[in-house]
Amino acid sequence: MKMVMAIIKPFKLDDVREALAEVGVQGITVTEVKGFGRQKGHTELYRGAEYVVDFLPKIKLEIAVPDSLVERVVEAITQSAKSGKIGDGKIFVYALDQVIRIRTGETDADAL
Amino acid sequence: MLRCRALFALPLLWPLQVFAQAEAPKTANSGDTAWMLTSSALVLFMTIPGLSLFYAGLVRSKNVLSVMMQCFAICSLVSILWLIYGYSLAFDTTGMTAHEVGLHSFIGSLAKAGFRGVPRDALYQTIPETVFAMFQLTFAIITPALIVGAFAERMRFSALLLFTAGWFTLSYLPIAHMVWGGPGSWLGDLGVLDFAGGTVVHINSGVAGLVACLVIGRRRGYPTQPMPPHNLTYTVIGACMLWIGWFGFNAGSALAANTTAGMAMLVTHLATAAAALTWMGCEWALHKKPSVLGIASGAVAGLVAITPAAGTCGPLGSVVIGAAAGSICFLATSRLKRKLGYDDSLDAFGVHGVGGIVGALLTGVFAAPVLGGAGLSDGIDSIGAQLGRQFIGVVVTFVYSGVVSFVVLKLIDATLGLRVTAEEESDGLDLSLHDERGYNW
Repeated sequence: MKMVMAIIKPFKLDDVREALAEVGVQGITVTEVKGFGRQKGHTELYRGAEYVVDFLPKIKLEIAVPDSLVERVVEAITQSAKSGKIGDGKIFVYALDQVIRIRTGETDADAL
Repeated sequence: MLRCRALFALPLLWPLQVFAQAEAPKTANSGDTAWMLTSSALVLFMTIPGLSLFYAGLVRSKNVLSVMMQCFAICSLVSILWLIYGYSLAFDTTGMTAHEVGLHSFIGSLAKAGFRGVPRDALYQTIPETVFAMFQLTFAIITPALIVGAFAERMRFSALLLFTAGWFTLSYLPIAHMVWGGPGSWLGDLGVLDFAGGTVVHINSGVAGLVACLVIGRRRGYPTQPMPPHNLTYTVIGACMLWIGWFGFNAGSALAANTTAGMAMLVTHLATAAAALTWMGCEWALHKKPSVLGIASGAVAGLVAITPAAGTCGPLGSVVIGAAAGSICFLATSRLKRKLGYDDSLDAFGVHGVGGIVGALLTGVFAAPVLGGAGLSDGIDSIGAQLGRQFIGVVVTFVYSGVVSFVVLKLIDATLGLRVTAEEESDGLDLSLHDERGYNW
């Protein structure tokens, strides 16, 4: 099992959700986050006063998937979240030790 | 028998009726009165909620209530002072003679203090004097409220109340009297044109703002820390309310529902539109993008600048005045302020002081009939001479308001203290001075 965590542009969320549904993903956790990468921040100007805003709003997705699905999930996100411009985001994949469904007590693959 | 008595009474009534007709032709004109009642409400609407929202949106969220509170408190405090002595010192004409300079050329007497001598049926021109007093009160309210923008986010509330009372008494009332006191008032007699308050309201408050932000000092962290407006939607709504309310301010200053009022409303609107577009255009050219705060600030600058000219300029003149105000106020707020380093937090001086000066001077130009104006002051025959009078009006107001503001602020600073503590300032005035927060979510 893997945890796929992706940071994407907020306006791509709907596209990514649809692409993941097609692949067969059963659940996604979505969080509104702020941060910076190569895109850096942006500047705001109020009556000539310039403010550098370091952190840009992004969307963080967390998807727990069985090993068999990892490659297709990563590909689906890569394709659907891509605008080709700087700031499209990143995907992180890491090992997942244990999953438990709280209602039934099922574990691991059964709980996904 | 009854008929007989009635016939007998007729000749007795006859001369009485003639006498009554000769003595009581003076009743309020209902059209004028209706418009002035409306205008008074419109001008009050400019301060609460208009200016209050305009300023509230520009501060940081931790200070949003404090500026709304300041506008509200100023409105209430000035109203009571107006009753006690304000109206009388500003508008009583006792002891004034046209073109004679004496004490009452500078300040009215106390003959109408407490509204003594203002009975229910007293008239001012064609409207009830009560309506005139109420209309002028709304001007006296907005003027000190405008200054709030300069020292926002750092003044003690008690110091604000004291400053309002002191400045209103020592600067607003004398300047209002000198300009609008009627025949015998000093600047009025000189021929200074100020239809609706370019000097009395805008230069007066703008200069007080400049002095206030210099005396009280910069906000902690200015200009290195970001202090962006916390809610520009409030600011835009406030600017829209100011634009609409200003029709009462300018068209109401005709004190009648007449042709002057009609033209005043038209030129007010046109100047505002021109200034909004000009400020937006300057930003687009120099900062790459047209901003919402820019177009709204431009509109306010245009409203300020057309104020003294509204009764005398024509439509084309108003567009020039608006465009001049839009570009010059843009430069004052975005360049001059940075360069000189003073922290006029919400640009009370940059918009009202600078816009007021631009308007006061150009009033002298566009009053000329050859430029579509309604005419220069009595006895003044050239644009140059009128411009000279306008200049005198600007300098007198600038210096007088500057000195009075400085003295009042220094006195308060030495006794009560002007500024909140560093901790109170960083916590925000809403919590530290009022034990409240604007937003609980």
